[in-house]
Amino acid sequence: MAKILDRRRLVPNLHLIEVHAPEVAKKCRPGQFVILMADERGERIPLSIADWNPKKGSVTSVFLLVGTSTHKLSLLEPGDEIPVYVGPLGRPSEIENFGTVLLAGGCFGIGAIYPLARALKKAGNRVLTIIDVKANYLLYWEDKLRAVSDQVFVSARDFALDSTDYVPAKIEEIAKSEPKIDRVVAIGCTYLMFRCSEATRPLGIKTIVSLNPIMVDGTGMCGACRCTSGGQTKFACVDGPDFDGHQLDWGELFQRRKSYFDDEIRSLCFWERTSLP
Amino acid sequence: MAEEKKEISPEQKAVLKAEFDKDWRKELRKALPLKERMKFGRQKMPERPPEVRNRDFLEVNQGLDAEAAVAEARRCWDCVNPQCVTGCPVGIDIPSFVKLIEQGKFLEAAWKLKETNSLPAICGRVCPQETQCEELCNVKKSTGVPVAIGNLERFAADFERGAGNIVIPPLPPATGRKVAIIGAGPAGLTVAGDLAKQGHSVTIFEALHISGGVLVYGIPEFRLPKAILKAEVNYLRKLGVEIRTSFVVGKTATIDDLRQEGYEAFFIGSGAGLPNFMKIPGENLVGVYSANEYLTRVNLMKAYDFPNYDTPVFPAKCAAVIGGGNVAMDSVRTSKRLGADRSIIIYRRSRHEMPARIEEIHHAEEEGIEFHFLTTPIRYIGDDKGHLRAMECLRMELGEPDASGRRRPVPVPGSEFTTEVDLVVVAIGQSPNPLIPQTTSGLKMGKWGNIDVDWKTMATNLEGVYAGGDIIRGGATVILAMGDGRVAAAEIDKYLRAKPRA
Repeated sequence: MAKILDRRRLVPNLHLIEVHAPEVAKKCRPGQFVILMADERGERIPLSIADWNPKKGSVTSVFLLVGTSTHKLSLLEPGDEIPVYVGPLGRPSEIENFGTVLLAGGCFGIGAIYPLARALKKAGNRVLTIIDVKANYLLYWEDKLRAVSDQVFVSARDFALDSTDYVPAKIEEIAKSEPKIDRVVAIGCTYLMFRCSEATRPLGIKTIVSLNPIMVDGTGMCGACRCTSGGQTKFACVDGPDFDGHQLDWGELFQRRKSYFDDEIRSLCFWERTSLP
Repeated sequence: MAEEKKEISPEQKAVLKAEFDKDWRKELRKALPLKERMKFGRQKMPERPPEVRNRDFLEVNQGLDAEAAVAEARRCWDCVNPQCVTGCPVGIDIPSFVKLIEQGKFLEAAWKLKETNSLPAICGRVCPQETQCEELCNVKKSTGVPVAIGNLERFAADFERGAGNIVIPPLPPATGRKVAIIGAGPAGLTVAGDLAKQGHSVTIFEALHISGGVLVYGIPEFRLPKAILKAEVNYLRKLGVEIRTSFVVGKTATIDDLRQEGYEAFFIGSGAGLPNFMKIPGENLVGVYSANEYLTRVNLMKAYDFPNYDTPVFPAKCAAVIGGGNVAMDSVRTSKRLGADRSIIIYRRSRHEMPARIEEIHHAEEEGIEFHFLTTPIRYIGDDKGHLRAMECLRMELGEPDASGRRRPVPVPGSEFTTEVDLVVVAIGQSPNPLIPQTTSGLKMGKWGNIDVDWKTMATNLEGVYAGGDIIRGGATVILAMGDGRVAAAEIDKYLRAKPRA
């Protein structure tokens, strides 16, 4: 059992969840994830870690409302308990002084990119951060990211933010003005990570993405999260979640992400019918 | 690999002899001469009808009743030199418990079992007795039909549980020595039970949210009801064992971290965590599962009760399971229960080489499972959405025996054929879980990614660190893991008693 310390809506459809998990908080490294179950009948789902506090013993994630599990999570209140919260899982991201690193976060990835920005900055990198949002009312953690980045860009399809670019275009634009970008890291939906990787491929910039495939156990036991990198099958939970975006079979990833599309809708409809007032 | 048949130690021989010489045993032997005993036939295990049971997840075998159990126990000769015991990886005093059943002392029989086996209700269900105790049974040698030792073990354990009379043996004073056990599977649970009975302070660290390891995520409800596992785990808790679930040693804390927290001895029973695939085209199509994932979804996450439980699993019109072991049998029978019109075993050798238990194969056949022998998949074919729709196979024939002694399957050139399937479960074994080896500095490994141990003591090269079960064997049985656990527990106890207090 793990106690919820905080759960609130950051912006429409995106929630923050802070959980009391002292052992996980003590071991966290940027790029890792946890697996949790919202209740006894829930699915085991992975969430990227967006922040942690070893003193307080807390771990924070940002999640997008998608299916039954995330809807259940979005109704939790401080003091509630969830039956499963296990981690930190996956290999930590590589942190060293690469030079100039360009980070791109979208959706829950805006949160997940934060510990990376903080660690990379501390390692001496020049950190450029792109926040991808559809519109200004979806922007969150801009201040937090500014505090650990040399420069923050907002890519949006919204004139209110004075931006009409999607991330890939923004990357290309920044690449033109920067003398050298040594590494790009993209975290967010599969489509965003795919497009970022495609944008940097012709530029020859090493691009790391943090995969979030369907998982069950998260410790290498089941193989639900398998993907193909460099022509070889890898398990995202133990070999990743970070992979070279230029080596991945993206088509396979998109298909596997959608494996249970119909079931997810069925499950959500069933839950709404049986559990909501 | 270690020998499966154990030498009986002189101490154990003495114990068996002392029991054999007890007056009540003598009287029992006298009461019914061998000639009479040989007249009884083996009691049949009552099973639910195949056409009913292949639509639900309730247990197939219903267990012997008291009358049948006593009748079965009468078939045992109570030999001077009981060979059955040498076939048991945990060395149960089989004649004693069988004879207690013959006397109608069912509770005492259960307690006798628990002296050497903390999980008799489980072993009575999932052990391959036909290749262990029952294989060596002297009654078998003479009549061809062994005493149903496994069914009797199950009977005694079920009787005790049913009577609500689970007795906790008197525990010695606490030693205050802390032992960490990694993995709450059959090996870890055995070590925990044995060490708790010695008065040590035992904590099991389990990565999943429910204890049992393969007993909970792998073996289906219809073979081992979860309620039974739960009762056996609760028994360990009553012995004082602490179980910390959702704790991944290697991630949440390393063995070195736990040492700092005052744990003095360790047992690694983290299992064979990495499913093997065949590395053939299309294996990552949607609809191709590892047996681990398929069974975990259904058993641990209860996908058979979707959407009451949130985890889904693909139903199938035609499900093909690749492999011929017990895991393949569990998977294919599960697919049938989830509503597949056709459920097929695809095995590259012939029926004779199948490693699955005969009972499981027999049950599967009764339930309408099709067997395609001497066949192997070479490619999976998907639709435009990346969903599996067919598989291409190749016929095989048997060549010379390989290292395992089984005849090696050789492809028949030009024998390719394609068949429509919408679900494939790959059940061709697994490799040891790499998490602990990767995160434990200095741990010596074998060439298959297994942890290297001294087979006599189960000790690794690190001081106070022992290992057993699939993490050293790569993929074996529940009872072999438990056998490792028994050896390791005895050695850990010796180690702690010899070690000065910190």
